[in-house]
Amino acid sequence: MQQLLLLGDEAIAQGAIDAGLSGVYGYPGTPSTEIMEYIQASNDAKSMKIRSLWSANEKTAMESALGMSYAGKRALVSMKHVGLNVAADAFINSAITGANGGLIVVAADDPSMHSSQNEQDSRFYAKFAFIPILEPTNQQEAYDMTRYGFDLSEKMRIPVMLRITTRLAHSRSGVTRREIKPQNEICLPSNLRQFVLLPAIARVQYRELLAKQNDLETAAKESGFNAFIPATDNKLGIISCGLAFNYLMENFSESPLPYPLLKIGQYPIPIDMVKEIYEACDSILVLEDGYPIIEELLKGMLNNGKTIHGRLDGTIPRDGELTPNIVAQALGIEIHVGQPVPAILKNRPPRLCDGCSHNDAFLALNEVMLTYGKGRVFSDIGCYTLSALEPLESINSCVDMGASITMAIGAADAGLVPAVAAIGDSTFTHSGMTGLLDAVNNNSPITILILDNSTTGMTGGQTSSAHGKVEDICRGIGVPEEHLRVINPLRKYHNENIRIIQEELAYKGVSVIIPRRECIQTLNRKMRQKVDIKGLKS
Amino acid sequence: MKKNIILAGVGGQGILSIAACIGLAAIEEGLFLKQAEVHGMSQRGGAVQSHLRLSSNEIASDLIPEGKVDIIISVEPMESLRYLPMLKPEGMIITSINPFINFHNYPDLEDILHEIWKLPHYFTLDADSMAKDCGSIKAANMVILGAAVPFLGLKPESIENAIRTLFKNKGEEMIELNLKAKNAGLKYVTEHK
Repeated sequence: MQQLLLLGDEAIAQGAIDAGLSGVYGYPGTPSTEIMEYIQASNDAKSMKIRSLWSANEKTAMESALGMSYAGKRALVSMKHVGLNVAADAFINSAITGANGGLIVVAADDPSMHSSQNEQDSRFYAKFAFIPILEPTNQQEAYDMTRYGFDLSEKMRIPVMLRITTRLAHSRSGVTRREIKPQNEICLPSNLRQFVLLPAIARVQYRELLAKQNDLETAAKESGFNAFIPATDNKLGIISCGLAFNYLMENFSESPLPYPLLKIGQYPIPIDMVKEIYEACDSILVLEDGYPIIEELLKGMLNNGKTIHGRLDGTIPRDGELTPNIVAQALGIEIHVGQPVPAILKNRPPRLCDGCSHNDAFLALNEVMLTYGKGRVFSDIGCYTLSALEPLESINSCVDMGASITMAIGAADAGLVPAVAAIGDSTFTHSGMTGLLDAVNNNSPITILILDNSTTGMTGGQTSSAHGKVEDICRGIGVPEEHLRVINPLRKYHNENIRIIQEELAYKGVSVIIPRRECIQTLNRKMRQKVDIKGLKS
Repeated sequence: MKKNIILAGVGGQGILSIAACIGLAAIEEGLFLKQAEVHGMSQRGGAVQSHLRLSSNEIASDLIPEGKVDIIISVEPMESLRYLPMLKPEGMIITSINPFINFHNYPDLEDILHEIWKLPHYFTLDADSMAKDCGSIKAANMVILGAAVPFLGLKPESIENAIRTLFKNKGEEMIELNLKAKNAGLKYVTEHK
């Protein structure tokens, strides 16, 4: 079969297409975005009529995917790790309803926080929900596990989590495709109460979920994704989870690994396999690209057994992603780092693009806030979060999607004057609308800037669910027309924009200002495409 | 055959096009390849890098271990220095000397170049001028790619084919511009070896 050069994300997408996928749902979030984008751009997916549109947030995406599973078809939902917090209610309960058509939940974790506000490990969620996990080592396994995951989901009638981290999501390698499976026909669940989680039904379903765990463990033993590899030196046994295997093997590319190894790629981890390596070896080293979940389980609270090395005893740093050299050091292998970075080198943090509309909006806001003093602007998650840094230093919070509006409510309740929120258009429809309803119902004296650049900018310009709807949504929620203002964030309107912001900050109720100008990146892309089209015509 | 390469630059400077060309060429030659990219927040004018690994044998890690890089290929002079801890003692830097200044207190260019010139192996090219001479400053990344060609362990024809493939949707003119820029970089290093 054809060999493709794919990102880990793309391998999952291609694996899903080839496994008879009927629909993909998701909300953009680094490092998961390219899964949806690949399917949207795929001609195969188009010809197979695979549904592939962005959802308003991860919860709506998760629920839509569950609905497709209910109807008997294969669905995939993708999100970054913190997106799973948003989808958590649906995710946890989907374990109890179980699946009908195969359902895969891709959670893309970001250890080292390359593009995130935390490095939470999604494997905890899956364990919490009693949902099995597949954790690929490389791009080929990402492809293969996606295919296997759908089969497992249908066989065991449960959603399956596919857990990846940034390094796999955004690294390219060769992937061999397998034959394309046809999509499922519509097929309702044989028990039409399966998805009705009334207490009486949920109790039965929950017991069934608990009972499935043994079978899931057996599946994890038989799939081949978990493997015990014996070796001669039993002083140390190594347990590697997912990608950590690569960093281990990188250190043994020229000589064989002397220690017994348990390579983990599927959870729940078969206890027998853990017992085997634990009993065979004097001590254990656990390598996990994320939180020390297996290490904690193995160690227990008292650590009365054998010595367990990993993130908890300092053998490996407690935070951040693994690297080949971190693993080398954990094994006492000498490393030879190159020369240090010269002292003249400066950091180059990301910044708002030249010509970015957010920049002009914050320049105006900053000038108005001079009257009141710093520390009064709550913000949110998007490109505009960069306005926390020099030179703008405009905002004072970035916590979770939508928190700007609701934090402003609480701060206003505490007596902070003025309390300002700054949120992007896509973040607003993701999780800001319900907060705005709270504000309107409380008649909170807050001013909300909905920074409308007409796209989901930070992740590369995906369609925003808010597009063309922001004013109507605000009106519908009850923002008074006279306090719903649209401004054009351009240098030439600076003074007018300042005046409008001043007026609304003076108003003692909910006001919304919409600085609206398209993202410079998507605008430039459109211009280039126009030029290309003209070029082709001539 | 085994090459560990760091591609360095600033978000938006086109290092992923260089990566794509080398990647396509490596695939054409039947090599194993791993290429870790940076997406997301850092792409907004921040420092970006890509780890590119080519080998005739299977490659384990997507990340190159520190101290194991053979070549740093950089489209920005200061950025080439950021990855020195990754470079082997006998490793090489190939970089543009054209600074991308998007923050205040950018170091003195002379100081940057002096740091690079301390290394045993380097090429410093005025890629912007060379690209301009070829027709467009936008092809500066291809000048840098061209300068790296003799050190990649790949056939020059494979790189040419890769450029043709990568720009095939942009028309013959774009292909020619990028090939010309690549050749300018290649010519420079051949003459200055």
